[in-house]
Amino acid sequence: MATYTLISSVTVGSGGAANIEFTSIPSTYTDLVLKLSGRSNRSATTEFLSINFNSSASNFSNIYLEATGTTVYSGSFAGYIGSIPAATATANTFGSFEIYIPNYAGSNSKSISSDSVSENNLNLAYSDLIAGLWSQTAAITSVKLVTNNASNFVQYSTAYLYGISNA
Amino acid sequence: MSVTYDKIQTTTLGSAQASVTFSAISGSYTDLVLISNVDITSAGASINIRFNSDTGNNYSYITIYGNGIAHATNKATNQNKSYIAAYVAPNTSLETVIVTNIQNYSNTTTNKTLISRSNRASASNSPGAEVLSGLWRNTSAITSITLAADSGNIDTGSTFTLYGIKAE
Repeated sequence: MATYTLISSVTVGSGGAANIEFTSIPSTYTDLVLKLSGRSNRSATTEFLSINFNSSASNFSNIYLEATGTTVYSGSFAGYIGSIPAATATANTFGSFEIYIPNYAGSNSKSISSDSVSENNLNLAYSDLIAGLWSQTAAITSVKLVTNNASNFVQYSTAYLYGISNA
Repeated sequence: MSVTYDKIQTTTLGSAQASVTFSAISGSYTDLVLISNVDITSAGASINIRFNSDTGNNYSYITIYGNGIAHATNKATNQNKSYIAAYVAPNTSLETVIVTNIQNYSNTTTNKTLISRSNRASASNSPGAEVLSGLWRNTSAITSITLAADSGNIDTGSTFTLYGIKAE
């Protein structure tokens, strides 16, 4: 029977957090799923996030499909994983992510699928679909989400890392 | 660590009806996942969603749609409903599949967002793929979900299953 099991969770406290990181990820699962509800204190409507594996920001590539409601964009931006509302977005509004990482403990390069939304009822918001690749053969033992503009995740941001087993 | 992906409720329509409601949703999960397999009785319409029976102008959304040739995006603010799919075809033999993630649904701190992926399964009615990102500007815990077609009824045989993902 397949299983969907919580590995670890992070809830950002009142001081905020520069990043959200999961370490010592066991290799006993088949796939990883990371669910994020996040908001940033950047002085803007939106903050953009990148992903690191095993404390490395290198060897990432991706293709993104991004829409604002008026324009559709597609391109490549290494490590980019999606966007969240920031300080000038509608209050109490947090972006949602689902990041799927299949075969994270295998010996091939690691693919990443990410769906995210920073919708906040203002004119500027993004919806992203991202197909990413980490061109490394090492098993993923840590995952870190970082803000691209050195802002902090604000209080009540949460992240849950699940392992999916096919056994 | 424990297994955390639980079926909360499933519904298969025995007759066409205007709406489907999941009520008394427990707050004991972290996230909700709704799997819908739908067709409708009208000539093609959107499937809308409301939380906690709220009909105020507290919803907004962005859509992305592509059909292999072209793409499009749309956005609406201050709406009285959001959506899980912008187009569902009237085809009982080729239903539209919709996967909707509603995260942090039970907290009382944040507004609630959803991400919904759907196909447009009909070969004759604008086939393609779509993502719909919605927002409900309300910090209440979600305790009920109501789905309805913008026109016509949800057809016989449509299925809806609500799962809870528990973080414990």
